[in-house]
Amino acid sequence: MKLKFGIKEVVAIGIGTALFVALTEIQIPTPIPNTYLQPRMAILAFLAAVFGPIVGGVVGLLGHALGDAMFYGSVWWSWVFPEAVVGIGIGVFASKFAVKEGGFGNTKTIVLFNVVQVIANAVAWILVAPVLDILIYAEPANKVFIQGVWAFAGNIIIIGVLGTLLCAGYSAIGAKSSSLSKED
Amino acid sequence: MAKILSYEEKDTWIHRLSGVTKLIFFLMWCLVSMLTYDTRILLFMVAFSLVVFKISRTEWKQVSAVFKLIMLFLILNVIAIFIFSPDQGTQVYGSRTVLFHIAGPYDLTREQLFYELNVVIKYFTVIPAVFMFLVTTNPSEFAASMNKLGINYNVGYAISIALRYIPDVQDEFTRIKHAQEARGIEMSGKAPLFSRIKSTASIIFPLIFSSMDRIDTVSNAMELRGYGKHKKRTWYMERKLKRNDYLTIAFTVAFTIVALTITFADGSRFYNPFL
Repeated sequence: MKLKFGIKEVVAIGIGTALFVALTEIQIPTPIPNTYLQPRMAILAFLAAVFGPIVGGVVGLLGHALGDAMFYGSVWWSWVFPEAVVGIGIGVFASKFAVKEGGFGNTKTIVLFNVVQVIANAVAWILVAPVLDILIYAEPANKVFIQGVWAFAGNIIIIGVLGTLLCAGYSAIGAKSSSLSKED
Repeated sequence: MAKILSYEEKDTWIHRLSGVTKLIFFLMWCLVSMLTYDTRILLFMVAFSLVVFKISRTEWKQVSAVFKLIMLFLILNVIAIFIFSPDQGTQVYGSRTVLFHIAGPYDLTREQLFYELNVVIKYFTVIPAVFMFLVTTNPSEFAASMNKLGINYNVGYAISIALRYIPDVQDEFTRIKHAQEARGIEMSGKAPLFSRIKSTASIIFPLIFSSMDRIDTVSNAMELRGYGKHKKRTWYMERKLKRNDYLTIAFTVAFTIVALTITFADGSRFYNPFL
């Protein structure tokens, strides 16, 4: 787990947030009415996997708050914080994924990435989001838990498919620092 | 491309306030509107934010597209609450006055109507505050004045880079989308789910790669100019807190305290007219 914070991380937060916000309006409709897959979640997972928990957490928090404010004109705070939970959760394992070093793509890293993202999403959308909804907005419990489960399902699908593809694709074309072998 | 809310230069006293003052007001305003369910305070907040909205000379066309979207979400949410929990109002206010019976377990009660009215008003207290904050705050000035408050300049810089690059990334996204559509990918609801994810990927891939390049370019440029070398920076867009800023902050703090005291005076967040 790396907690490096330099110029690259500052810029990654800035441009990553811009990406996340710009993709807010891209929603893939599903057969279930009023439920959309959000490709921006895949971007968040990718950025967290590449740059670590700080970038992941801040992009989630800032991106969701800004994106909601700019596109929908109101900020639903109880769903902003879970986004940071997802970013931090995936980011913690960034050094294991080694996306930038070209290490992502074998079965082990893909399985680990997906196990981590499912757990992070479960904590965020089935636990944190509904609980905050009830505490902050006093909304009916059964409604918020059903919303949470839907969000969880949608997010693990989009991160599982698109997020995994993004990490593997970027890792494949990225510089393979580990591909050099020492010659005797 | 949907129109998003963005800064527009005007000369009113709200535009002249420091970005930090507006951020404090915005966050406190959100906090109060989150915590309170006291109808009297909520109504005061709606009235007050409409006045502020008027003073900031924000025009309807700047915000109308976004406003219509919010109304759609608001209606969906109100209906969802009723479908999932038609007796939430009874649980909250502790009484049950049936107006008329609808079907099955669904009765329309006066308590439910009042509860949902509060949910609607809560939306309306925050909307003008969000609009006002986004259209009257200059991003560069905002980063500078955050740093003046003692917040690490990396934070301000990350935020101002984000605000600076949102339009660029959006433009790039549109360009890539048009290029891919010209090559014949299907983005509409006609395609099956998995192929829709795939065609989205064919747009997002180039966008991600070019953004990763952009991160490298920008961070190299900043490094060359010695960013992060010293603990302090000077700012071109810096603006000192003036009398009006202190007055606004004082008002915000006072309002938060009074509002929360009134809300929790009877030990409940809800104002109960049914007692």
